[in-house]
Amino acid sequence: MTDAAPSGFADQPRPSRRRRLRDAIVVPLLAVFLAFIVGSILIILSSLLTPDGLDFTLPVRAYLALLQGAGITLDPEVAVNGLVNTIVQAAPLTLGGLAVGVAFKAGLFNIGANGQFLLGALAAAGVGASVATWPAPAAILVSLLAGCVAGAAWGFVPGALKAITGAHEVVTTIMLNTIAASIIGWLVTGPLLAPGFSFARTGDLGNSAIPVIFGRNLNAGVFLSIIAVPAIWFLLWRSTLGFQIRAVGANPSAARYAGMSPRLIITLTMSLAGLLAGLAGAVEILGATGFVTASYGTNIGYDSITVALLGRTHPVGILLAALLFGAMRAGAGLMQITTGIPVEIVDIIQAIVLLFIAADVIVRRVFRTRASTGGFAELQTVTKSYSEGVVH
Amino acid sequence: MPTDVPALEMRGITKRYPGVLANDHIDLTLKRGEIHALLGENGAGKSTLMNILYGLAVPNEGEILLDGEVVAINGPADAIARGISMVHQHFMLVPVLTVAENILLGEETMANAIFIDRREAHRRIVELGRRFGFEIDPEAKVGSLSVGWQQRVEILKALYRESRILVLDEPTAVLTPQETEEIFAVLRRLAAEGHSIVFISHKLYEVLEIADRITVIRRGRVVGERLPSETTEDDLAELMVGRDVQLIVDRGVSHPGAPTLVVEGLRVNDDRGREAVRGVDLSVRAGEVFGIAGVAGNGQDELVEALTGLRKPSGGKVTLAGHDVTGLGARDLNEAHVGFVPGDRHRYGLVLSFSVEDNIVLTSYYRPPFARGMIRNDEAIADAARGAIKEYDIRTPSEKVPVSTLSGGNQQKVIVAREFSGEPQLLILDQPTRGLDVGSIEFIHRQAVSRRDSGTAVLLVSAELDEVLELSDRIAVMYRGEIVAIRDGPTAEKEEIGLLMATGRRDAAAAVTAAPGPDVSASVGPAA
Repeated sequence: MTDAAPSGFADQPRPSRRRRLRDAIVVPLLAVFLAFIVGSILIILSSLLTPDGLDFTLPVRAYLALLQGAGITLDPEVAVNGLVNTIVQAAPLTLGGLAVGVAFKAGLFNIGANGQFLLGALAAAGVGASVATWPAPAAILVSLLAGCVAGAAWGFVPGALKAITGAHEVVTTIMLNTIAASIIGWLVTGPLLAPGFSFARTGDLGNSAIPVIFGRNLNAGVFLSIIAVPAIWFLLWRSTLGFQIRAVGANPSAARYAGMSPRLIITLTMSLAGLLAGLAGAVEILGATGFVTASYGTNIGYDSITVALLGRTHPVGILLAALLFGAMRAGAGLMQITTGIPVEIVDIIQAIVLLFIAADVIVRRVFRTRASTGGFAELQTVTKSYSEGVVH
Repeated sequence: MPTDVPALEMRGITKRYPGVLANDHIDLTLKRGEIHALLGENGAGKSTLMNILYGLAVPNEGEILLDGEVVAINGPADAIARGISMVHQHFMLVPVLTVAENILLGEETMANAIFIDRREAHRRIVELGRRFGFEIDPEAKVGSLSVGWQQRVEILKALYRESRILVLDEPTAVLTPQETEEIFAVLRRLAAEGHSIVFISHKLYEVLEIADRITVIRRGRVVGERLPSETTEDDLAELMVGRDVQLIVDRGVSHPGAPTLVVEGLRVNDDRGREAVRGVDLSVRAGEVFGIAGVAGNGQDELVEALTGLRKPSGGKVTLAGHDVTGLGARDLNEAHVGFVPGDRHRYGLVLSFSVEDNIVLTSYYRPPFARGMIRNDEAIADAARGAIKEYDIRTPSEKVPVSTLSGGNQQKVIVAREFSGEPQLLILDQPTRGLDVGSIEFIHRQAVSRRDSGTAVLLVSAELDEVLELSDRIAVMYRGEIVAIRDGPTAEKEEIGLLMATGRRDAAAAVTAAPGPDVSASVGPAA
């Protein structure tokens, strides 16, 4: 038979490439749009509490200020500052988003990006301070590496636990997040405590600090985020390892049948995820913060989950989502100054984005779109892999 | 009564999906009290037509007449209100609820505004069951019932809603032959009481047995209408597939060589740690098909898993062409040119979300030419996939589409293409044609025989005794984890094998007094 009319799939015509792309991005875009609408309702309601009373134009002014602060404006000086801020904020979110997204591809829900980030930050701060007098390139490299190793170790633990005992990574990574925060408190008040400061912190970085190369705060570390995006894409879709990661994520039984080792892949993928999050933490410390205090904490690892889901676990999608969230963080300050709306509204909008993505049925109902669920198949794989106990 | 107005008439039904004509001016007339079979391969358009009848899809053209009047059916609720019910292949039942509760879902018999009249509902359910020849306990949990009884609950659900037209979508796919017979008896009584039944199937012998009239659909069109008395399985198969189909491949004579696979004293435990394979000895020679018959659950799954590296044996020895391969993993066996078509293709055989090409290289993705070091060679992969699509007649728009969009037969061809290529010395086929249409079955059987003829040792495990009998040069019967008999394939007698499968012994006296073992009829298959 030659190219006769395809008969076997009468009810499922093949979507074109463009159609599939549209399907993939339409729900995230609409989710963001809806979140801003809900956000504006909250802003209007909040205006009730101000002396001026109900103000329906407040959301418009607030969002304009947000855009301006993020660098989308005609004033060149404000624009440059804003764009730099956006990039600096987006850089760790990109790495964190990749850390969560890569794990999704293997059918794993990495809630532990935050703990991996924290330990990466701590290791970079500790090692960075102790090699502060080395020549700059070597000091930076060693410090970055320390962050990667620490993060990878913090990803390896839940990966190995899942592979060997079947312990669910959601449970173990949540616990490891708490443990990571406690380790910081312990080490920074103990072995890593730097003398001569009024509060407990790690020592000065010296030559280990990543230099600022542009504007006020654009450090060279952002390039690592930019490189990581194509690197992870290449790993997932062009390498045999990525093929195994995706196969294990989509159908671990078939992967085993095909001669792959789901246990090995799960352990490796979680370690890789930890490495990416740890790198994010290292860059954050070496390029921006400069040291770690005993009470150092962050939500970047959790925001990364939203970034990964909004980006539909695709590296490019994750980059775009991270830029969006980075822009919101960069613009929030200006918004608060000019309109008095607290920066926390940005957190609320992010949370609503996550809600709409998790409950994407709402988005489809509102906009009557038939676009596919796409990335959330990963979430289903997680549940499925757990219920079937496929690792064994 | 031929002068009667038909219960249902579908005229010129046309349904287009983007790029596909699923239904092309289909006419269907369903008389009162008639069992009308709708026959067609997977994807021929049967389900689309029935979805239109049930209000799940809107036709682009055509009209539906109920009792001679044109109606528009707006959704399933409307269809039910008009007396049309659908019994799905996968039952729409809540397992934790009782029979009565499931039947009452959506059609509650109320005592007053708030409470359900359970007693009245139970009385009606029991009475309905008796009317159609079975006793049912309305209090039984549906989850505890066998599939045959669950099917009856589905049918009762329809009857409780006083449906006059019943659509049964492949109702026998999950039933044993015995259960099928029992359901057929129920259907005949329904028809005798004036209910009209649309019976969807692709099993030819069943259709011939149950239907009053048969409409055959191919590629969205009605290609023929037959009375069972005027047609044969071959005739129906040809109509369905569009060409002459050999229902039984001509396997010719085999020329077996030296033993390729030798299994000695193999012992394997199941998931619960119980010994499922208890000392199996067998050898499969190059150039022969060695069939294993047996009622499902007698250790075949564990045996196959042990031979394919998915499960570690607890004892015994397996050699492949003289090399000890006991306990080797899937990758090692694959490298040793062992092909394996797994019984559960969705669980093991395919990654459904992956493209056809990725599934073609699922076991060889890491080897040249598909990989250079750690980097995939996409061109070589696409080339190989295009070659396989052509050679194995896989119907797909391209090698890039997800394999989940293919029909079952074409999905199985993807697996066959992967496992049969690369000069396998041993092929293990586990239920290779389960759930497939006749065209695909013929194709896969033909491929298996041609592999045998080129010197591959073929181990066939199937719960379909007919399939084992048709293909095997030697037949082993597996019973409670042991091989109880080996027979010469071409001269094996179906009755004897069936008895061995049921009792583990061959004398007829044993069959009568045999301990309650697995049911023989479960896999002997409806005798021709």
